[in-house]
Amino acid sequence: MSSLARAQGQLVGLAGVVERNVYLIKRYGWWELAFFLWTVANTLTIVFIAKGVSAGGGHLNVERETTTLLIGAVIWSYLGIIFEILTETVAWERWEGTIEYTFMAPLSRAVHLGGMGLFAVLYGVLRTALLFAVIALFFGLHLGEADFGLALALLAVASVSFVGLGMITAVLPLISPEKGAQLGFIAQGLLLVVSGVYYPVSVLPQWMQWISVVSPATYALRGIRSAVLDGASLSSAWGDLWPLALLGVLTVPLGLAVFRTGERYAKRHGKLKRSG
Amino acid sequence: MYAVEVIDLEKWFVRRMGGKRHRVAALAGVSLSVAQGECVAVLGQNGSGKSTLVRALSTLLLPDGGSAEVFGHDVVRDGGAVRRMVNRVSVEASFFKRMSAVENLSYAARFYGLGPRRTRTEIPAILERVGFPLARASAPMEDLSRGMQQKVALARALLTSPVLLLLDEPTTGLDPRSKREVQAFITEMRAEHDTTVLLCTHDMDEAQALANRVGILHGGRLLALSATAELLARYGATDLEEAFLSATGVAIDEEAVSLGLGLGLGEEGTT
Repeated sequence: MSSLARAQGQLVGLAGVVERNVYLIKRYGWWELAFFLWTVANTLTIVFIAKGVSAGGGHLNVERETTTLLIGAVIWSYLGIIFEILTETVAWERWEGTIEYTFMAPLSRAVHLGGMGLFAVLYGVLRTALLFAVIALFFGLHLGEADFGLALALLAVASVSFVGLGMITAVLPLISPEKGAQLGFIAQGLLLVVSGVYYPVSVLPQWMQWISVVSPATYALRGIRSAVLDGASLSSAWGDLWPLALLGVLTVPLGLAVFRTGERYAKRHGKLKRSG
Repeated sequence: MYAVEVIDLEKWFVRRMGGKRHRVAALAGVSLSVAQGECVAVLGQNGSGKSTLVRALSTLLLPDGGSAEVFGHDVVRDGGAVRRMVNRVSVEASFFKRMSAVENLSYAARFYGLGPRRTRTEIPAILERVGFPLARASAPMEDLSRGMQQKVALARALLTSPVLLLLDEPTTGLDPRSKREVQAFITEMRAEHDTTVLLCTHDMDEAQALANRVGILHGGRLLALSATAELLARYGATDLEEAFLSATGVAIDEEAVSLGLGLGLGEEGTT
């Protein structure tokens, strides 16, 4: 088989990963709706905080703070979708019992995980946009100067490193079938707490601020907020774009390497098949 | 070149028994070769090492010793080439149960590089050939009988035109009619495509009906491997069941666990 034919085969495989996830979304449509409603409710509880503080006598620009909180909640939700879908690479397949068939297919692991990442980003963007639109119906938002194009560009660049980090968490259910998936959610929470999800990073203790420097969510949140709230230009967002691009270049190979190491461990110890 | 060449293959697992950890051999130096187009059956109890052998050959388990090659490609060093040539049907049908047969087959085919243009025609054709009613092709797998699910599993393996087909208890739990249909299809496929088959089973009749040679795997050791007639003569037996009993001292349907050989899921392997 020529290299070209092999590359074409891998591309077909990548499309297959996305196709399978589309089938699953279709088949679990009502569950998707239920989870979306839960996300809406969860986001509302956070975004109402600005109005609550104002009603309690606090002095703040309600529309601006509401938008700030909404961006934090929306990015949290987006990151949650990316991590959830990538972690399901192993967890769901193990539950269904299909994991051995997937892992014995001639699909490179990079393409397999890349396909999961691609679907996660497409699905995540769609759901996040819908979430933003639904929540916007409840509040007056500070969007007069918003540059949504730049915000989307920042999200796209950030997504590369989110997928890279998701690949790392995807390996956890291979190592611990019982608790691995939950560890992925813990990783997501830890990432956001140091990244200024609902507050500026400057309010964090110094040691947390040091960690925030290596979190792509820090730059994504700050950059998207400045694009949406202040209509920041591309040149002023550059300070957030280049670290995001750099982290993307680093985290994807790191994620692949970690996943491959976990896969080798599982194959050595007979843990691929294990269910539970 | 052999289709399969296994030399002194070893795989060890750690089992917890009575609070202590023991190293147990799932494969204790297994050697065998299978010629292209041949069907070799490996008989063994549950826990004898059959599935471990199949997993090692399909690159799902890394051996602890020895070597295994598929058409000259080492399963560890050249796993990618091996994966392009092999497919497998195991005792559990293993599908995304909410998805339909067509959906499960479509995405599985993509993983082997088969695009929608091919699968649009090939999936219905192969489902028809394995005797799957096309009217149920869009129904979720969870609504199908065990026999139907196993036919879809067979279709999944054959859709990718494997040159080596690994069958791990492919008809266990099927009703007699479905069993006959699956066996007939395997025979037909071998005749048409020269596919090499390694059949791991504890069904003596199935082994006798499908295989050119039969092996006996017990406690991770391959005790014998020869044509059925030779095997019967060697053990002075009238049928394979008797030959198995003579070779191992136990009946095939006894659980190997009782001998301390059983290797259920979830044990830890050693390095």
